[in-house]
Amino acid sequence: MRTFETPLYPYERSPDHDAPAPARHPVVVVGAGPAGLAAAIDLARRDIPVVLLDENDRVSHGSRAICFAKRALEIFDRLGCGDEIVDHGVTWSRGKVFFRDRRIYEFDLLAEEGHRRPAFINLQQYRLEELLVRRLRDLQSEGRPVELRGGSRVTKVEPAADSVLLTVDTPEGPYRLEAEWVVACDGAGSTVRRELGLEFAGRVFEDHFLIADVVMKADFPTERWFWFDPPFNPGQSALLHKQPEGLWRIDLQLGPGVDREEEQRPENVVPRLRQMLGDDIEFEIEWISVYTFQCARIDRFRHGRVLFAGDAAHQVSPFGARGANSGLQDVDNLVWKLERVLRGGSPDSLLDSYDAERVPAADENILNSTRSTDFISPKSETSRLFRDTVLNLAETQPMARPLVNSGRLSLPHVYLDSPLQSPDTDGLPARTRPGSPAVDAPIGDGWLLARLGDHFQLLALGNCAAETGCAGVPAGIRREAPASGSSAALGIDVPDDEPGLEVVRLPAGRHPLLDERYLGDAPGALYLLRPDQHVAARFTDYDPERIASAFRRASAQETDDP
Amino acid sequence: MTRLRTEPNIFDSDGFFQELLDLHRDCSKDESDALNISLILLLANHIGDREVLREAMKAAACVSLRSEREP
Ligand SMILES: Cc1cc2nc3c(=O)[nH]c(=O)nc-3n(C[C@H](O)[C@H](O)[C@H](O)COP(=O)(O)OP(=O)(O)OC[C@H]3O[C@@H](n4cnc5c(N)ncnc54)[C@H](O)[C@@H]3O)c2cc1C
Repeated sequence: MRTFETPLYPYERSPDHDAPAPARHPVVVVGAGPAGLAAAIDLARRDIPVVLLDENDRVSHGSRAICFAKRALEIFDRLGCGDEIVDHGVTWSRGKVFFRDRRIYEFDLLAEEGHRRPAFINLQQYRLEELLVRRLRDLQSEGRPVELRGGSRVTKVEPAADSVLLTVDTPEGPYRLEAEWVVACDGAGSTVRRELGLEFAGRVFEDHFLIADVVMKADFPTERWFWFDPPFNPGQSALLHKQPEGLWRIDLQLGPGVDREEEQRPENVVPRLRQMLGDDIEFEIEWISVYTFQCARIDRFRHGRVLFAGDAAHQVSPFGARGANSGLQDVDNLVWKLERVLRGGSPDSLLDSYDAERVPAADENILNSTRSTDFISPKSETSRLFRDTVLNLAETQPMARPLVNSGRLSLPHVYLDSPLQSPDTDGLPARTRPGSPAVDAPIGDGWLLARLGDHFQLLALGNCAAETGCAGVPAGIRREAPASGSSAALGIDVPDDEPGLEVVRLPAGRHPLLDERYLGDAPGALYLLRPDQHVAARFTDYDPERIASAFRRASAQETDDP
Repeated sequence: MTRLRTEPNIFDSDGFFQELLDLHRDCSKDESDALNISLILLLANHIGDREVLREAMKAAACVSLRSEREP
């Protein structure tokens, strides 16, 4: 039996089923795809009781996402399963681009040094989900309050005054649940979205794509190959991508109006693959499917007590690998906010910032993946001519290569216009400006991001590392206990007897890449970091009142201009 | 403030114009189109400045699209 056919969380009757009145839970997450699993793990780590429902009882069926970008890997590190995921994945950096019958150029994505994680890994989505389920089980066995209910399909969603009523259908009939907050991660065909009557507006693309996962019987280079208008698929595109376990992903554009059944027949697929790979390569097909896509989103991701994340909130084309990657960033953004609201540390308006930050992120992803799609399948004669000319030029002129767009690397969104963020301070490097995710850097024999926790922190660098007294940070900043497995366990110096914001001190001169990325030419700086490791504010001198104000702003306790 | 140079800037403009047309002499329509696009892309890359490029696109659209649409 293949991985994705194995029941991982078989249906079991829940005691809630027999409760006289709907059982009330702080958070119910609907859908155990990458987004829902990550949400449940993050909530459980924060000791927020969470029920995760999925209509199915196993990982994503067949072959879907394969490419997970650095930011997603950093989120997995924070969730405590980065190593397992990266160890299972493969990395590659070399690629070839073909146009018609010619190889037009090769590239090597030389990743920037000084990061714990590579720019991306390739890993089958079902493998990723399996590892996330494993992480969730580990948390469960540590006694964390998380439950994964398989065979539990949400069929009805009824918002009430201070909760949401969910009807859950099971093999033994339906029951009802009451949730203070619902995180809807039920995918592109979201039932929750439909139940709330929300429009999913955007652009539907006519093209069909065929994916085939094949096992190569012989050595084959670990490279990404992309063909525009190849002889074996005239007028269309093709992609060959490495996966772990000797698997290769082949993605063939089929064009509009095709007969899905016909196209998926091995007798139609095999000759094409033979033409693509060459006659002397032996291979075996593991999986074939045909997909289409749209680029769409709902207008707002927060609807009262229902928060949408992942494909349920937005869908993009697969080019650029932004689907699962952005769903994970949604969750990264949402969960700490939900925790603060549930614990009473912030008003529920903090959750409006989820919307304000992740909607522009979705738009950026939709824009990028739409551009790639338009380059791959030009929509007019003129755009085809431009595209083909770019490809011809690229063979001899390096200047044209950046214009070749077969999918751009998924990069995290910078929350530039976020209501949570304070105005920037001049004289510090642009890449770590407020709104940016903290950039990793080596510190001694460890990594910056591993030293950071998942609660509010002050990073004190350069000459600011010495002068900041933790006790000096004014009252009004409630210090949150770090979740176990985060900073405290990693040996950061957190004085327990001092109130205020936790300070991570890293004096200048010891970590050149850290200084370069966070200080530039400044002698010292203080960075206020959010629990999702995004920069909320930064300063070049120590002013407790401004730090406190930035903190109140970043936690939605102060909304006027500081 | 516009940064696109619109005052004459090419020495021996007749020579340049002839060279440009000579390039297209034996071309089919499709070849000419591709040639023009290559030229645009090479020159645009040389200029590099997005503001100048945007102004050039605007100026070109202003002239060419008006004459196309108002015969
Ligand atoms: C060919 C292809 C290649 C792709 N490549 C990439 C890539 O390389 N990188 C990338 O980042 N993304 C990629 N994607 C996109 C990626 O697969 C999706 O974005 C991702 O799966 C979305 O995750 P999700 O958790 O939001 O939703 P899903 O993975 O769709 O999960 C939704 C879950 O909700 C459950 N569910 C649905 N309805 C209900 C209900 N009513 N009640 C209870 N449970 C329900 C489902 O069983 C499912 O488990 C690709 C997609 C395709 C098709």
